[in-house]
Amino acid sequence: MNAIRTPTRWLVGLVGILLTTALFLVPFAFIFVTAAKDANDASMLQFSWPVHFQLWQNIVDVFQARDYMLVIAFINSTVLTVGSVALMVVCGSMIAYVLDRRKSRLNPLINTLVLAGLIIPPAVVPTIWVMQSLHLFRTLPGLILVEVAFGLSFTVLTMRAFVATIPREIDEAAIVDGAGPLRLFFRVIFPLLKSVIVTIVVVQSIFVFNDFQNPLYFLPGNQNATVQLTLFNYMSQASTTYNLLFANILVITIPMLVMYILFQRQIVAGMTSGAVKG
Amino acid sequence: MSYTTIRSGEQVSLKRAPRASAEHVDKTYPLWFHLPGGIIYLVLFIVPTVFSFYFAFTRWTLFKSTFIGFDNFVLFFSEPGLIGSLRNTLVYGFLTSGLKVVLGMMLAVVLSAPIIARGYLRSVTFFPVLVSAVGVGLTFQVLLDPFNGVVNQLITAITGHDGPGWLTDPNIALLSVVGIDVWKGIGLATLIYIAGIAAIPNEYFEAARVDGASSWQVFRNIILPLSFPATSTVIILSLIGGLRSFDLIWTTTQGGPGFASDVIASVIYKQYQAGFYGLSTAGNVILFIVVTAIIYPLSRWLNSKETVL
Amino acid sequence: MSFRKQGRLALIASLGAGALALTACTPGSLGSNASSGSASGATAVTITVLADNSDQTTKPLQAVIDAFNAKDTGVTVKLESRPQGTDGDNIVKTRLSTGDMDEVFQYNSGSLLAALDPAKNIVPLTDESFMANVDDSFKTSVTSDGQIYGVPLGQATGGGILYNKKVFAKLGLSVPKTWAEFMANNAKIKAAGIDPVIQTYGDTWTSQLFVLADFHNVSTADPEWATKYTANDPSAKYAVDPALKGFQRLEDVAKAGYLNKDFASAKNSQGLQKLVKGTGAQYPMLTFVVGTYSAMSDTAAQDIGFFAQPGDDASTNGLTSWSPGGLYIPTSASAEKQAAAKKFLEFVATPEACDVQTKAVAPSGPYAIKGCTLPDGLPAAVTDLQKYFDDGNVSPALEFVSPLKGPNLEKITVEVGSKITSAADGAKRYDEDVKKQAQQLGLEGW
Repeated sequence: MNAIRTPTRWLVGLVGILLTTALFLVPFAFIFVTAAKDANDASMLQFSWPVHFQLWQNIVDVFQARDYMLVIAFINSTVLTVGSVALMVVCGSMIAYVLDRRKSRLNPLINTLVLAGLIIPPAVVPTIWVMQSLHLFRTLPGLILVEVAFGLSFTVLTMRAFVATIPREIDEAAIVDGAGPLRLFFRVIFPLLKSVIVTIVVVQSIFVFNDFQNPLYFLPGNQNATVQLTLFNYMSQASTTYNLLFANILVITIPMLVMYILFQRQIVAGMTSGAVKG
Repeated sequence: MSYTTIRSGEQVSLKRAPRASAEHVDKTYPLWFHLPGGIIYLVLFIVPTVFSFYFAFTRWTLFKSTFIGFDNFVLFFSEPGLIGSLRNTLVYGFLTSGLKVVLGMMLAVVLSAPIIARGYLRSVTFFPVLVSAVGVGLTFQVLLDPFNGVVNQLITAITGHDGPGWLTDPNIALLSVVGIDVWKGIGLATLIYIAGIAAIPNEYFEAARVDGASSWQVFRNIILPLSFPATSTVIILSLIGGLRSFDLIWTTTQGGPGFASDVIASVIYKQYQAGFYGLSTAGNVILFIVVTAIIYPLSRWLNSKETVL
Repeated sequence: MSFRKQGRLALIASLGAGALALTACTPGSLGSNASSGSASGATAVTITVLADNSDQTTKPLQAVIDAFNAKDTGVTVKLESRPQGTDGDNIVKTRLSTGDMDEVFQYNSGSLLAALDPAKNIVPLTDESFMANVDDSFKTSVTSDGQIYGVPLGQATGGGILYNKKVFAKLGLSVPKTWAEFMANNAKIKAAGIDPVIQTYGDTWTSQLFVLADFHNVSTADPEWATKYTANDPSAKYAVDPALKGFQRLEDVAKAGYLNKDFASAKNSQGLQKLVKGTGAQYPMLTFVVGTYSAMSDTAAQDIGFFAQPGDDASTNGLTSWSPGGLYIPTSASAEKQAAAKKFLEFVATPEACDVQTKAVAPSGPYAIKGCTLPDGLPAAVTDLQKYFDDGNVSPALEFVSPLKGPNLEKITVEVGSKITSAADGAKRYDEDVKKQAQQLGLEGW
C-alpha cells in the first residue's frame, strides 16, 4: 500500500478533507451552535450563530438538572460500559477462538445461535421475569449481564473472522513450549487479537453507552439513570428545550469521542506495526 | 517460541498444520471455553426468547394472556400497510448494506494508503457512529427541513427553486433515511475493512511491489480477495441491521409521512407501543423468519467462499 | 513478538473489577434529595411517586410533595420520574405487570387507564372519604367496572383552536361559532397574507386535533354516540356522519390551501412561534401549551385567545375537554405503604394542594377538585376556556367516555392533512385501526 506518489497523496488527502468536512462535520457544527443558544433562539431550529452565546451556562444547567442526575448517570454509564464490554470481549473471544480452531459437532448449533442473537429482538417482559427470579432485576450487575447477552453475537462474529487470520503455527509453537490451553489463549492468542479487540471495545462501548432501551426497562429509577435517559429530561410533547437537549447530546457524546481518539492511536499503531505481523 | 522466528525464517507458509489427534484438539481448544459466555447468553437471551414465542400465539396485555392460536399472524398479515412496509424493509436493508459495503471498502482503501491527514480523515468518518440515534435523528430533521434546513437553503441558493421535502415527501422519505443510515454507519464498515486490510500480511504487498503491480492490480488481486472475511462481516452485520432497523426511521420520520416509510420493525414497534404485545411478538416472529430466510443461506454461502480462500 | 500487550488485558480486567466494586457505593448519594431527614424520625414510612418528567407534571407535583412532607403525618414522599408518551406507557405497564411499581403513580385518566387492567392492578378508592372532594366528571374518567381508582392531579385541558387576537382585531374578525363562519374567516386571513391555520406534522400528535376536538359536536348530534361506538354499532363509526365531519374539516382546510407551507415538517414549538408572531392566525391545539407560548414573548399570554372547535350549529357550540391525569395506588404496594399512600392522596384532594400547584405553575384550566379556585390575571386563553366550563358547555373527549382509541390516528390524520389520503378513506382506515384495538382489549361485540 505504499506505491502512491506524493502528488496523489496530497490530492486524495485534500479532496478527502473537503468532502468529509462538508459531509461529516456540518451536522456536528449544528449540534454545537444549537447547544450554545438560548431557549427561544434554539426553538427556531435554524442553523445560525447563536444570538446570545451561552454554551457554558447551558452545560452547567444540564449538569445541575434534577439534582445532578447527569453526574449520577455518567457514573452509572461508565460502570455499565466498562463492565459489560470487558466481559463481552473475554467471553466472546474465548468462544470465537474455539469456534474457529475446533471442528466440533457443536459448531453448526453455535453458529445458528450467534446468528439468532443478531436477528431476534430481545423480549423485554420475559427477560424481566428471568432476572427477577435470579434477583438480578434493578441491579447494575444484572444490566451488565443483559448487555453482554445482547452484544455477544456481534463480538463472536467479528472476532471469529480475525481469529481465522492467525496462523495455527503459533498455537503449535506455544504448545511445544509447554503452554496449557489457558496460557496459550490468554498469553499468546489474546494479545494477537489486539486490533480486533480495540475495534470491538470501541464499537460495543458506543452501543452500550448509547443504549437507552435496556437501562430504561431493566434498571428503572432516578438513582439508576444512565446518560441516554437524561435526554428525556428535555423532550416533552409541548416544550422541548432544544438548547439544553443539544447541550446534553454534546456532553454525553464527548466521552465516546475521547475514548475513540485515545483508541484511534491504538488502532493506527496496531495496524502500522501490524499486530499479526509480530 | 515466538511467531517472529517463523516469520523471519525463509519458509513463510500460510497453509494450515495437519489435523491433530482428537485428544490433542480437546486439550488445546477445550469446549468449556464456550461456557462463560454461553451461560449468560442462554439464561438472559434464549430462555426469555422461547417464553416470548409462546406469547405470539396469545392476546397479551401484559396483565393477562389468552391463547388464540394463529389469529395474531392472520391479523398481522391483514394489516393494510404490511405489503408496503415489507417492500420498504427490503429496499432499506439491501440499499444500506450495499452502500456500506461499496463505500466502506472504497473509504478503507483510501484511508489505508499513506495520504495526508489520514488520522484526521479516519476520525471524522467515524464521528457519526459515536452519536446516539436520537441525536442523529433530531439533527437531520433540522438539516433536512424543507424550508429552513441548510441543505435546501443551499439548493435554493444554487438553483433558485425550493428543494425537495426530504423527510416529508412520501416518495423520497425512505431514501433520505437510507442516506442518513449510511452516513451514520459508514464509519463502522470502514473500520472493519481497515482492520481487515491491516490483517493482510505485508509479504503480499511487497511481492506486488517487486512485480511492479499497479494500484488497481493490488486492489483487485490482493485487497479485494484477502479482505473477504471483512466483506462478509460487513454484509452480514449491515444487512441484518438494515432489515431489523427502525431506530433511525423512528427518530427521523416515525414511519411517516402517514405510513410511507414504515418498515416491518417500525410496524412492530408501533404495535408494542399501542399495547398489542401478543401481536407485536407475532410480528417479531415473522420478522425473524423473513430475516433468517435471507441471512441464513447468505451466511452459509459466504462461509463456504471463505473456506475456499 | 512481545508480551507487553497483556498489560492491556490486565488493565481491562482490573477496570471491570473496579467498576463492579463501585456499584457498592450507590451513585444516588450524590443527589440532594437523597437526604431523608423527616420530621417524624424513625417511624416514618417513605413512599415514592412515579410521574412523567414534563415540567407541567413535575413542578406542581414536587410542590405538592414538599407541602405534604412539611406536615407531620409520619409519611415521607419522594418523586421518581419516567419518560412521557408511549415509552412512558410501556414503562408503567411493564412495571405493573412485573409487580415492581412505586407506591403511587401518575398516569392518564380515560382510555389509557382502562388499558392498565385496573381491577387487577390498582387499589380502588371508591370508599375513601376524601373522594367526596373530587369532581364527578373526573370520577367517570377513572371509573372501571363500578370502582373509582384515582385522584386528579393538575387541571382539565381544553381542545380547540388557539388564535392570535391581534390578527383578528386587525382584520375585524369575530370568534366563529359555526364551521361556515370559521372558513369565511380563513378566506379573509389568507387574503391578508397570513396563514389561516397552522399545522405541525413534525410532531405527529398535533395532527389529531381537528378530529378529537370535534367530539363535542359529535356528542351533541348524538348523545349516545360514545356508547354505541364502544358497542360496535355500525351507525357510530368514523366513516359515517356525524363523526366523519372531523376528518372532513381537516380535509377542508388542507384542500383550500389554508395551511402554513411548512406544515409537513414544522414542530409544535415552531407552530406556537408562528401563532405568537402572527404569521399564522389559528392553531388547533390543547390548552396545556399555554405555559410554553407565554414564555415566547412578553405579551403572548394576553395576545393569544381560545375558542372551541365550531360545528354546524351555532346554538350547540361548545368545548371538548380533556380530564387531568390521576394519581393511583398499585395493588403491589404493601398494606402499610398503601395506607401511607392514601394519606398522601387525601392531601392531594384538598383545595390547599390546588393552591400549592397554582403557585408552582400557572394553571392551564380548572381543577377537578371541589372548592379549588383559579387566581386572577391568568392568560387570556385560560379565561376563554373557563367560560365554557362556567356555562356548562362542555363534553369530555371521546377517550374519557370510551376505552377505544386507535393507535394510528395521528398517522392517518397526517395523511389526510397532507392530502395523501381522502377524508373518507382515512376515516375508514381509522375504523379498522379501532377494531384491532377493541379486539385486543377483548371488548364484547367485536
